[in-house]
Amino acid sequence: MDLLTIIQILDSSIRLATPLIFAALAGLFSERAGIFDIGLEGKMLVSAFLAAAVASTSGSVWVGLLAGVFASLLFSGIHGVASITFRGNQLISGVAINFLAAGMTVLVAQSWFAQGGRTPSLSGASRFDPIILPFANELTRIPLIGPIYSELISGHTILVYIAILAVPSAWWLLFKTTFGLRLRAVGENPEALDTAGVSVIKTRYVAILICGILCGLSGAYLSTGLSAGFVKDMSAGRGYIALAALIFAKWRPWYILTACILFGLLEAISNRYQNIEILEITLPVQFMQTLPYLLTVIILAGFIGKAVPPKAGGQPYTKER
Amino acid sequence: MDVLPKWAEVVLIPLISLALSFLISAIVIIAIGENPLSALQIMVDGALGSTYGWGYTLYYTTNFIFTGLAVSVAFHAKMFNIGGEGQALLGGLGVAVICLAFEWPHWSLALIAASFGAMIFGAFWALIPAYLQATRGSHIVITTIMFNFIAASVLNYLLVNVLRPEGSMDPATRKFSEAAHLPTLHEMFSIIGIPFSKAAPVNISFLIAIVACILVWLLIWHTRLGYEIRTFGHSEEAAQYAGISTTKIILTSMIISGGLAGLMAINNVMGEAERLVMNAAEGAGFIGIAVALMGRSHPVGVFLAALLFGFLYQGGAELALWTSIPRDLIIVIQALVILFTGALDNLVRIPLEKIFVSFQKKVD
Repeated sequence: MDLLTIIQILDSSIRLATPLIFAALAGLFSERAGIFDIGLEGKMLVSAFLAAAVASTSGSVWVGLLAGVFASLLFSGIHGVASITFRGNQLISGVAINFLAAGMTVLVAQSWFAQGGRTPSLSGASRFDPIILPFANELTRIPLIGPIYSELISGHTILVYIAILAVPSAWWLLFKTTFGLRLRAVGENPEALDTAGVSVIKTRYVAILICGILCGLSGAYLSTGLSAGFVKDMSAGRGYIALAALIFAKWRPWYILTACILFGLLEAISNRYQNIEILEITLPVQFMQTLPYLLTVIILAGFIGKAVPPKAGGQPYTKER
Repeated sequence: MDVLPKWAEVVLIPLISLALSFLISAIVIIAIGENPLSALQIMVDGALGSTYGWGYTLYYTTNFIFTGLAVSVAFHAKMFNIGGEGQALLGGLGVAVICLAFEWPHWSLALIAASFGAMIFGAFWALIPAYLQATRGSHIVITTIMFNFIAASVLNYLLVNVLRPEGSMDPATRKFSEAAHLPTLHEMFSIIGIPFSKAAPVNISFLIAIVACILVWLLIWHTRLGYEIRTFGHSEEAAQYAGISTTKIILTSMIISGGLAGLMAINNVMGEAERLVMNAAEGAGFIGIAVALMGRSHPVGVFLAALLFGFLYQGGAELALWTSIPRDLIIVIQALVILFTGALDNLVRIPLEKIFVSFQKKVD
């Protein structure tokens, strides 16, 4: 394996990690506030659809991005009403949202575009273009650093850079601000926050709102950055992989970045090679595809350090009178 | 203190939730430029207008009874088993192994063996998450979701690399032998002279599904184990205080749940396809969630809800055939049913309780 191949695989890992980073951070805000969210997948999917649909009709990817975020926020709102206001089961609500997204996207896509549940292919201004960082072309000739800079670091769409910047921002917001402290408290001990005079309901709704925006970015990237247009079920389990990354990272922002790049790498490798031989044992492509799920089960079982979710996660809050 | 009388609890709330789901579905149909009433007409004609339609409706119903019961049994122990899909896939593997490994002299023997194969494989796939929940505290919902994906990969691998016959490009096993063919409703009815569609896949598994409903009812409400499962589901602390082992209940309820989900394979793999294909469960494991929620985890409710979804599935296929409404409409309806009967239960319950309370006051 030469340097260029390694760089290409890493480059593709970063691109594949981007939707996971957004979605896992989305889950981070929601679950840290005590709202389980297995509906990441569905929110990604509606955003991917509406972003591509609006981008193709308006001709502007930015308008598409806004539409995608709006769709995701709408579904976040449903989850919020069900699990915060009506104190319903958050897991069941998440399942419903995933199916609602899977069905609605195809139904509406068929009705709008009549192309078998897909949107027209995007091109030009209705897609995110790669950004060439300064001097990327000039530096190519320098050994090692040149290719790494021009191939790996430069040449991604804006959303990739936003995703990577979102990680320190999330860390700062959650761990260095009063709001973050309250958000985390609401997921561990909502009674304490209530006693301190902060609204549990409001804090949780804000968390769900942030979750919706991030899922929206994730979905919009799928259809307008990573691919050129929406196809049926295009999130393809990425929402669940993001959930896996979140657990793998034990609900901490920096570890999310690592986990997502690892899972992106696994996907990049399985896209490139059918079977991999390590020490004369052939690993089938299916094994690589399953690895994120397997790793999550192992982590959850506490065989490699224990993953402890926020204490009040999954429990609706009832204010005492 | 229950504000609502029992009939309101088990009949009124699910019906109102269902009506809300249908209302929104109708609005969706109008929004995509179709007529909901004529859509309903096509669905009723297609699913219930002929023995062919009934044959398909009941075939789907059979799948959903098994997966609905699976989710219900787990619900009674307050376990949310989202892994029905993976367990049903593994059940299919169990059926295929049994049907392909031996030359069966008669279908009845093959069916008994295949049922055990399906149940053991399905139960095994539920046992691992259950064991991890009971002993390591890993959340059953997340592990069962992960196990769905792992099951899909395992089957994908086995069908492509191991079970596929030489020279075939299709990732599926070879056809099961003629002796393992299950009697269809057509064949059973023709003995007593009733004509029934020959093309419809409904088979003897439908009767087994009904037996399964009765057995689950007996298990949950008329055995010691069922009592322990329900006690555990109501209050883990109370169950522990009463000397009921947490590990035992989690393991047994999930084994039964996984076994039931796996048992679905005698219908779709052995009864219909007569070979194991890729993604054989086709989402029936997930529909089990909607069925269990709507059926209030009671076998009678599960049966009726499964029948409703069987109708929706067959009707939806007809709808896709005759109109521009894609089959995915059913997924939307399924999502709305899960949302309203499951997550938004209080949306219906709270106003209804207020109505009943004010009514009660007037009577007093």
